[in-house]
Amino acid sequence: MNQRFAAPAEATDQPRATPQDVVRLVDLKRRFGVTAALDGVSLTVRKGEILGIIGRSGAGKSTLIRCLNGLERPDSGEVFIEGREISRLGERDLQPLRRRIGMIFQHFNLLSAKTVEDNVALPLKIEGRPKAERLQRAAELLDLVGLSEKAKAYPASLSGGQKQRVGIARALAARPALLLSDEATSALDPETTRSILALLKDINRQLGLTILLITHEMEVIRSIADRVAVIDAGRIVEEGPVWSVFAEPRSEITRSLLGAIRPQLPAELAARLLPSAGTETLLRVDVAGEAARGPLLSDLATAVPGPFRLVHGGIDHIQQQPVGTLFLSVPGSDANHLAAVITFLKARQARVEVLGHVANPV
Amino acid sequence: MSPILFELLLRSIWETVLMTAASGLISLVFGLPLGLALIATERGGIAESPWVNRALGAVINGFRSVPFIILLVALIPVTRLIVGTSIGTWAAIVPLSIAATPYYARIAEVSLREVDRGLIEAARAMGGNRWTIIREVLVPEALPGIVAGFTVTLVTLIGASAMAGAIGAGGLGDLAIRYGYQRFETSVMIAVVIVLIILVCGIQWAGDRLVARLDRRG
Repeated sequence: MNQRFAAPAEATDQPRATPQDVVRLVDLKRRFGVTAALDGVSLTVRKGEILGIIGRSGAGKSTLIRCLNGLERPDSGEVFIEGREISRLGERDLQPLRRRIGMIFQHFNLLSAKTVEDNVALPLKIEGRPKAERLQRAAELLDLVGLSEKAKAYPASLSGGQKQRVGIARALAARPALLLSDEATSALDPETTRSILALLKDINRQLGLTILLITHEMEVIRSIADRVAVIDAGRIVEEGPVWSVFAEPRSEITRSLLGAIRPQLPAELAARLLPSAGTETLLRVDVAGEAARGPLLSDLATAVPGPFRLVHGGIDHIQQQPVGTLFLSVPGSDANHLAAVITFLKARQARVEVLGHVANPV
Repeated sequence: MSPILFELLLRSIWETVLMTAASGLISLVFGLPLGLALIATERGGIAESPWVNRALGAVINGFRSVPFIILLVALIPVTRLIVGTSIGTWAAIVPLSIAATPYYARIAEVSLREVDRGLIEAARAMGGNRWTIIREVLVPEALPGIVAGFTVTLVTLIGASAMAGAIGAGGLGDLAIRYGYQRFETSVMIAVVIVLIILVCGIQWAGDRLVARLDRRG
């Protein structure tokens, strides 16, 4: 139960600091009054990866992301951006550094009095670039996000998804080394969310841009993140490659955040479960990675003669890794048969949980 | 209305327009930065400084609580220092400006405070300094409110300038009191009221149009 599924390539949970790390946080602490928003957070974001930080509202996500560009100051701990410690820099020294970090926001934060192209060009204006260069770069970026024809429009005339595209273009204007995404899709409908996430993924691939995003939606993590860190009450409670955390969530909070995304036993079946006695035993079988690639069920049928039924479940693919949850029903009261089934599945790296028994065949 | 009275009316219109325009302009030039200073120094502002904020607020409240007619007289030494005389239209512009500046500062403060804090955060995240935030975010985003507030200030100044007759500044209000009221020249009174209505409506109309053109918030 405490052992992660074997990952195909490298997938250490706690990476060592290397020059490749764009962000490294060491034991970050920040209190607001009596509540600890950050209670000892250590985290690394590697060059070119998309790291998702997920947590409920009030878990400390916003404080954390704001520590990375000095909008928020930690009480203690260290923030390294491209190897440089920034948590104690003054506002004046932070300004050039912030130009290396793009940021997008839940409510877009576009300037209503400026046209789309002027919004996109603003970071360059702040850098003091000449106007011709600013407008050329803005046109390039609007092309990248597919909004060239809106260059002269004002943000008020755009849809939510278009506004966020402008936000993304603006964040990229100064060619940042890191993009921070603060709940960037939380105000958008599911379809628009998908298209914005696809755009972020594209940018990550094409430009090799490192992205750190915070969200409260597992769906966001699932669709674009490489690694995920789960934050709760100001602490990182779980961290790892997305598929592995999805396959084997360790903490209660992760399981609850995964809630709707992972297959659950149908409610009417769950209601009929008895702790003991019954004609069938219900098992929950979690498999992932290599274990899920093989012909698990047909091998089970061959190795352990006797009936079993697939009641519910399926196999999902996350980061090209199969992650499955199967609900099996094993009929009969033969304890040896049940034990043999469980032993076989466990030998195949599956996690097996006896959920209970049902009196009537399902 | 006799030609002499008519000429007097024209001169009074000019005096009122001059007093309103000059003191309006001065209150804009000093009141807007004052409003920005109030916003910048308040808690969580871009140049947080509670002490400065309280001091500014106290001075503004002080000036705003003195009735204008008292201010008009009390400021006579200051006026004499600046204009060289304490009577006449130009002399009235000094107390009018001094009364209108804190008034406009408060109006500008309200508009500036309505600027979404997220926009200020975005500008900071881009590496902008305070000056960038003022120039690119606070003023442009609050501009419709700043202009609407200026319109209100101008209309208020037209009213206040009526009292300036007390120091011989002339103007429409003075004309109405001396001729329309004290000499029972009803036609003068009616003419003054009509001109004032036209002035106020014209300023309000122009202000509203400008605000509509500036407001891009959809």
